Amino acid sequence: MQKYSLLTIARNAVTFHENWQRAWRSPDPRPEYDVVIVGGGGHGLATAYYLARNHGVTNVAVVEKGYVGGGNTGRNTEVVRSNYLWDEAAWLYEHSLKLWEGLTQELNFNLMFSQRGVLSLGHSLQEMRDIARRVNSNRLNGIDAELIGPDEIKRLVPIINTSPDSRYPILGASIQRRGGTARHDALAWGFARAADAMGVDVIQNCEVTGIRRNSDGVTGVETTRGFIGAKKIGVVTAGNSGVLANMAGLRLPIESHPLQAWVTEPVKPILNAVIMSNAVHAYVSQTDRGELLAGAGIDSYNGYAQRGSFSVVEHASAALVELFPIFSRVRMLRVWGGIVDTCPDACPIIGRVPVNGLFFNCGWGTGGYKATPGSGWVFAYTIANDRPHKLNEPFALERFTTGKLIDEHGAAGVAH
Amino acid sequence: MLLIECPHCGPRDESEFTYGGESHIVRPPVPEALTDGEWADYLYYRKNPLGKHMEQWNHSAGCRRWFNAVRDTGSYDFESFYRVGERPPGEAS
Repeated sequence: MQKYSLLTIARNAVTFHENWQRAWRSPDPRPEYDVVIVGGGGHGLATAYYLARNHGVTNVAVVEKGYVGGGNTGRNTEVVRSNYLWDEAAWLYEHSLKLWEGLTQELNFNLMFSQRGVLSLGHSLQEMRDIARRVNSNRLNGIDAELIGPDEIKRLVPIINTSPDSRYPILGASIQRRGGTARHDALAWGFARAADAMGVDVIQNCEVTGIRRNSDGVTGVETTRGFIGAKKIGVVTAGNSGVLANMAGLRLPIESHPLQAWVTEPVKPILNAVIMSNAVHAYVSQTDRGELLAGAGIDSYNGYAQRGSFSVVEHASAALVELFPIFSRVRMLRVWGGIVDTCPDACPIIGRVPVNGLFFNCGWGTGGYKATPGSGWVFAYTIANDRPHKLNEPFALERFTTGKLIDEHGAAGVAH
Repeated sequence: MLLIECPHCGPRDESEFTYGGESHIVRPPVPEALTDGEWADYLYYRKNPLGKHMEQWNHSAGCRRWFNAVRDTGSYDFESFYRVGERPPGEAS
């Protein structure tokens, strides 16, 4: 792998940047692999990367139906944080956040990781009680969290409307200062490049159409580029998890919904933190290009098309304009949707399913992006060792039968 | 935005409705006789198909009555609307 540094930039400038090595190869699929990862988004590529890096498993292919990072990885709104309520979720997301903090250096790829702080606003007394409880729980788990009042919020974010007469009065907020944003494409590209350098085949434009199995377990995947044999298969396909489960003859406690986000035209730097509000179902941050990047909650109906209903965008935008009156005349550039796989307890399913050699990592719903490195880390461990890492043990499919759900609807919130 | 045809009131905007998820899930007559697996299946597991989906809607800002619909989850096109207690039109009985 050609290292990216000031020196290599200078060296390539001499040849007019025409001789840069491709970031990853474009190999034809081999007849068989030890592990085939279905889905070339952030989570799938992270899994392949950590399989090679942590477990020495390099005979791995990542098969992607479109292009790398072209699904939910390229459609989310880049929020990274770990302020979850319950121990199990908090530990998983915090493990991920710690990985984020060193990932740009490790991957030798600028992830534009910016720990600008994430604020969760409270608009009612009950919401403030819930926020206080979550802050206390975070601190007991060693996760940075603070409860701040309207004056401190106004000091940090001068453009916010903290008037007690506003439609959504701001009574306070929790802030995780280590939270922030990171460039989503860079995460996919960084993991793809680093995994490729260790021998992983990243195969794009290769859609899985079937999962072949015999009485012992899986034998491989049928794809649009032919059959690819596999001793183990890891499925990381977000909104399409139900479709893949169906190919293996399984059902999952998951429903797919459209989730929408949008950006405005670029403006001068005006917002230096991520602001989210569960009550109004909206959140906003400003990208490094200057666009205001906003999102809403999911569209209520099941859907696989990567678009949703305008009323959801309208509702969240109206709330954001109440919170930030200065945004009222900024123009919207683009609106898009992704398909999220929502679980009844707003927590992921990571682990084995009742078919030998088949593993699923799904159900991240609206909040998977921030967990990408940690998710790949524990999923790689699970595939390599045929048993879960202690961090993902509570997230087994069996929890829906035992009843030991991890209710994270509050902390999962809306910021994705 | 979806245009939804309430079987009682006619076509209205989606914003008048509340979604109710998969339809025709029968509540187990003797819940205490179920195994944990069967209970989990009733409570949490859903078909979640890509394609034809039978689902419930409530006309919450209108007549406030529940009804059923068949919709394609890939194109979002509705195939049919029918009342509670009925089966989808055209279905072989």
